Amino acid sequence: MAETLLLVTELRKTFGALRATDGITLDVLAGETHAIIGPNGAGKTTLIAQLAGMLRPDSGRIRFAGEDITPLSAQARSRRGLARSFQITSIYRDFTALDNVALAVQAHAGHSFRFWRPAHEERALRQPAQAILNEVGLAARADVLAANLAHGEQRQLEVAMVLATGPRLLLLDEPVAGMGAEETQRMIEFLARLKGRQTMLLVEHDMDAVFSLADRISVLVYGRVIATGTPAEIRANADVRAAYLGEEVA
Amino acid sequence: MKRGTTLLIGTLLLFAAIPPIAGWLNEPFYLDLFRRVMIFAIAAASLNLILGYGGMVSFGHAAYLGVGGYAVGILAHYGIDNGYLQWAVAIGASAVVALAIGSISVRTSGIYFIMITLAFTQMLYYLGVSIEEFGGDDGLRLARRSQFGDLLDLANPTLFYYVVLAILVLVVFAIHRLVNSRFGMVIRAARSNEARTQAIGFSPYPYRLAAFVISGAICGLAGALLANHTSFLTPDFMHWTRSGEIMFMVILGGIATSAGPVLGASVLLLLEDLLSAWTVHWQIILGPFLVLVVLFARKGLAGLLARDERHG
Amino acid sequence: MNAILIVEQALNGLQLGVMLFLMAAGLTLVFGIMNLVNLAHGSLYMVGAYLATHFMQTTGSYALGVLFGLGGTLVVGILVEVIALRTLYERDHLDQVLATFGLILFFNELVAILWGRNAIYSSLPQFLSGHVEILPNLNYSLYRLVIIAVGLLVAGLLWYVVTHTRLGMLIRAGASNRTMVAALGVNIRLLYTLVFGFGAALAGLAGLLAAPIFAVQTGMGELILIQVFVVIVIGGIGSIRGAFAGAVIVGMVDTMGRAFLKPTLATVISPSAADSAGPALASMLIYLLMAVVLAIRPQGLFGSRGG
Repeated sequence: MAETLLLVTELRKTFGALRATDGITLDVLAGETHAIIGPNGAGKTTLIAQLAGMLRPDSGRIRFAGEDITPLSAQARSRRGLARSFQITSIYRDFTALDNVALAVQAHAGHSFRFWRPAHEERALRQPAQAILNEVGLAARADVLAANLAHGEQRQLEVAMVLATGPRLLLLDEPVAGMGAEETQRMIEFLARLKGRQTMLLVEHDMDAVFSLADRISVLVYGRVIATGTPAEIRANADVRAAYLGEEVA
Repeated sequence: MKRGTTLLIGTLLLFAAIPPIAGWLNEPFYLDLFRRVMIFAIAAASLNLILGYGGMVSFGHAAYLGVGGYAVGILAHYGIDNGYLQWAVAIGASAVVALAIGSISVRTSGIYFIMITLAFTQMLYYLGVSIEEFGGDDGLRLARRSQFGDLLDLANPTLFYYVVLAILVLVVFAIHRLVNSRFGMVIRAARSNEARTQAIGFSPYPYRLAAFVISGAICGLAGALLANHTSFLTPDFMHWTRSGEIMFMVILGGIATSAGPVLGASVLLLLEDLLSAWTVHWQIILGPFLVLVVLFARKGLAGLLARDERHG
Repeated sequence: MNAILIVEQALNGLQLGVMLFLMAAGLTLVFGIMNLVNLAHGSLYMVGAYLATHFMQTTGSYALGVLFGLGGTLVVGILVEVIALRTLYERDHLDQVLATFGLILFFNELVAILWGRNAIYSSLPQFLSGHVEILPNLNYSLYRLVIIAVGLLVAGLLWYVVTHTRLGMLIRAGASNRTMVAALGVNIRLLYTLVFGFGAALAGLAGLLAAPIFAVQTGMGELILIQVFVVIVIGGIGSIRGAFAGAVIVGMVDTMGRAFLKPTLATVISPSAADSAGPALASMLIYLLMAVVLAIRPQGLFGSRGG
């Protein structure tokens, strides 16, 4: 049995009368690809925001690699190896693709109180950044301004930035949202190559993507996990079919 | 070479040519005018560091002109006219004041940041007005310019002019290096997308605060130069309209470019000079001009003249 | 330092406070609803003071002066909104700051052209001048009492309008959700123009009330504007309640500081040291207060938004 990398216990977050997260308990094992699915409004994005440290839970604990990270800020979690992509692409639009990734490398290469030497000339930043761009298939686009990349390329760039932080756990918030069929296919293939090497927690609406990638799936409904299991188990689960999958997969 | 860089070097070469031209025309006034332009270019360049690259809209940069100026003036008032000491104190004191103001204001953003930096500068202005020992409202006369032994004699107007030019070149180059260094990439990243910057693991605050302090220190040096230039200090060094003018120089010249502050300071001060020679009510023209620049020429002169340049 | 003096200075502080409130209310509404930083708000205060004084002097009637002062500022405010500021709502704060800074230069110079650079003075009509005995041995200026009354009245009216009327509902909704208000079929442009004009009229009111007390001169608007910024930072942005609390606090602290700091210091340090430190410290007091509030509550006393 692989070690537990992320352990979420009894996480709660309410907004007024809305229980966005209603006692979620969840674990992610080292090396696995764990997907979270659920209908709109199930609380997936709220959950990701709490895991990434951008939203404080009302109660409950988040343990990461054996450490309680519940009180830590987003940047402190990032430094411990927990990295996220955003549902709405979040990149530096006025920087080139390579600069975007190099910044992510830089964030994890010591402090940045270095005032004189041009960052563009630092091989320690540029080389790993270029390697990651190659890996996600953006090698030819390294010197293009991020704002001028196609939508799918921007999402790939964001994943590249997240990877460049050398994360132990990748939180992917709808990585194929808004992509065309071809772009979606390319992203899924890329994530499939990453699978096994990189622990991933994936929130996604695209069921083809989820069932082809995930080792385990947790189903979130109204802020609660109603089932966790392998894709086959989830397909067969009566509760899940009733609550959710019935209409979409069957 | 990028056109922005060409423009910058051209302007600096023009500055270098002013003393012989002024001598040839027998118009020493030009020496004075352009020395003033260069001093404000230094101040504007320092503001551009945090405003243009860091996205921090400081409406209080005149504070550091004042602190730097008064550092020289007060030391001179007590008979200390060693230039090295005066200028070091000017830079150091400005950095300390920037640290104090920055540690409170940099935590905020947007409108709060604007109002707070403006308010603290006004506080320093009132402090200047109320201290009778240093002349209060009437100001403080500098008996003689900062002394640098036999090395430099700032009483020589041409020499002083070239000292200012050398400092301007140094400052513009240093800021250019700074914004392209690791440090500069972080403050530019935090301006471009703060949430992303935190998500990849940076805490923007210490970097922003450091930029704020560096910017204040450079502007303090401009203040020391300005005190030597005018030989007379008043709290008006710190008047809030001064802050507005410096900010306008940055926008007029082109935000987040190396050439911008130099061009902006040149055009604004020369325009003021032309207009004020024409009518005492020149501000009635300058005000609407400013509004029009904001509405229609947002990229500034550097943006208009050198469309291909980005982060130079 | 006796009780009479303290009461008198407290009233002075309250009077300054309500004037600051009249300015802060308009500024904070315009910011809260239109997300516009208007540095030229101080210019509207100046315009109100000049118009009122001018028409008082030329017509000899106080009432006409007030009428022209208020109406004139309203019209000037609406013109400024329609001509220049309307296009700035969608711009960032930097653009707004610079453009309204340009407007300040314009207005200051315009006033200098029309009325000269020297201060002009307005006089009070018979029925507002003089003093009343409000406590035994305390004669207080009737006019200052009137200012306090007008300010409190406006504060009450504003509170009622914002919390109890349809217009107030729209204003509050507009602050949080622009598209929603537009969806309700409200002409949002007109609403903005009205709110701006109303804020301008309040600034004009503050200006015309201030005219007989302070010198009416160019630049008078910016001196009070920066104090109003302190008020808004302390009170919390976009909040009328915050603006009122902040204004009274700043008015009191500033007035009390100027009146009592020097004599109080003199009991601790030497009188000559107090002579020089007292006024310096008094002039810095409200800014230091602002720093303290920011350190403890960055969003201000009544603010909901941080940063």
